[in-house]
Amino acid sequence: MSTDIRFRVPPLVSGGSPENGHLEELRTDPIALLERVRSECGDVGMFQLADREVVLLTGADASEFFFRAPEEVLDQAEAYPFMTPIFGEGVIFDAPPERRREMLHNQALRDKFMRGHATTIAEEVDQMVDRWDDEGEIDLLDWFAELTIYTSSSCLIGRRFRNQLDGRFSRLYHDLEQGTDALAYVDPYAPIESFRRRDEARLGLVDLVRRIMEGRTQQRGPDTQGRDLLDVLMSITDSNGAPRFSADQITGMFISMMFAGHHTTSGTAAWTLIELVRQPLEFENVRRELTTLYSNRVEVSYQALREMPRLESAIKEALRLHPPLILLLRVAKEDIDIGGFRIRAGQMVGASPSVSNRIPEAFSRPDRYEPSRYLPPREEDRLNPWTWIPFGAGRHRCVGAAFAMMQLKAIFSVLLLGWEFELAQPSGSYRNDHSKMVVQLRQPCVVRYRKRRTSSIEPAIPGRPEAPHRVGSADTGTVQP
Amino acid sequence: MRVIVDHDLCQGHGVCESEAPTVFEVDQDHCVRVLVVRPDEHLRAEVEAAVQFCPTSALRIEEED
Repeated sequence: MSTDIRFRVPPLVSGGSPENGHLEELRTDPIALLERVRSECGDVGMFQLADREVVLLTGADASEFFFRAPEEVLDQAEAYPFMTPIFGEGVIFDAPPERRREMLHNQALRDKFMRGHATTIAEEVDQMVDRWDDEGEIDLLDWFAELTIYTSSSCLIGRRFRNQLDGRFSRLYHDLEQGTDALAYVDPYAPIESFRRRDEARLGLVDLVRRIMEGRTQQRGPDTQGRDLLDVLMSITDSNGAPRFSADQITGMFISMMFAGHHTTSGTAAWTLIELVRQPLEFENVRRELTTLYSNRVEVSYQALREMPRLESAIKEALRLHPPLILLLRVAKEDIDIGGFRIRAGQMVGASPSVSNRIPEAFSRPDRYEPSRYLPPREEDRLNPWTWIPFGAGRHRCVGAAFAMMQLKAIFSVLLLGWEFELAQPSGSYRNDHSKMVVQLRQPCVVRYRKRRTSSIEPAIPGRPEAPHRVGSADTGTVQP
Repeated sequence: MRVIVDHDLCQGHGVCESEAPTVFEVDQDHCVRVLVVRPDEHLRAEVEAAVQFCPTSALRIEEED
């Protein structure tokens, strides 16, 4: 081993055990671990994840390096072993970089499709809210998780498929997301309860999709217009004329397409609502903005959704304080020198949105929910592109960020204009559960809703009975063959 | 004005193409191509919208004398 004195080994954070390093802490209190790495070690520090060393990069410069590095230097493929049993072998993370880029960049996320998605999402929220009484309680995790299953399946796969789903799909999907214990870094198939439920849930989802497929083969399909992605995939055959994809493979594709946008959007919706209810002044600011915007019954449209700086700031601030992903990982493919330290090929390299988003050098009063930090002249997100990282940054930045923001604005346009909300538990009892790599709200997380009596204004949704004159937009969620 | 792209950041969402179709083109491989590096002043509003709404903040305008 070379002993180049110019580049030192990154300092190792305190704590940890001889067998598994900091794995146990990562499974129980990961944010405390990640914050300690920065406070003890600085911009470049290290912790031990089972038999692998993870170099955590924080602060603007180290973070910029992390996010600008190409695949050949920092590779994402091997960094998330807990995803393979969920997606199935051969889906996404096993594909080569070019192919992955192609698959990740789902056509449905391109700007020209967003207009149709805005309408679709508002309709989905409306359908869920139609089940409500004049007042009642909802569990935020259950409610938003179900809603975002419907919105993402409708926009990414197609309405025909979405209309064949019910609550069973989202309950099984939740078990999949819970199967992301960091123990997967030791053994993704270890005999623990959450992994067992994960595998059962995946089989359950395959079974639901198989039944839908069987139903479709028995009856004549719709014309080209009404076809969805499932119809397209089912129509592809191999050289013998047999179906090219099994129910298992198709389910794997759907799970992976929906995964990145599901728990993330669901959690952010919940946290935005919690934070707004905690801060009535901010709530009123947002509602006033919506009231003004929708006062002449503009429909929930792409254009309307772009012009909501208050609501957008409220969402961004929920994302900053409660980022859905707390640790982003790569694997170093070569030796890297950074900030006087040397990262060795084979080591893992991480960036942490939960740590970076609260760096006091970048964000004033970093622990306070303060949406006005995004408005001019402060614009703290634009000023800090490498530390304001709820969506990551650079070449791996979340490709669904614009879709997510549009979706969240559509959701709150419907909810905040039609309903009042209040917390049904002590304010401090709403917390994230960090025992899995997929962060979710800890249950119970109940809020009370009540129909607004003064609600003369509500966004018009094309296709709603009250708004028959609206121009309906094409269902662009379907993928044409 | 001159249009500058940070290609490390561009993901080919195509917002700029929708905003200013004569200035930007996003092709099949999801990379933006600037058709006119120095757009005429009458396109300023379009180009500024492209910069503002770019989902990855990959665009900026540099003013020239």
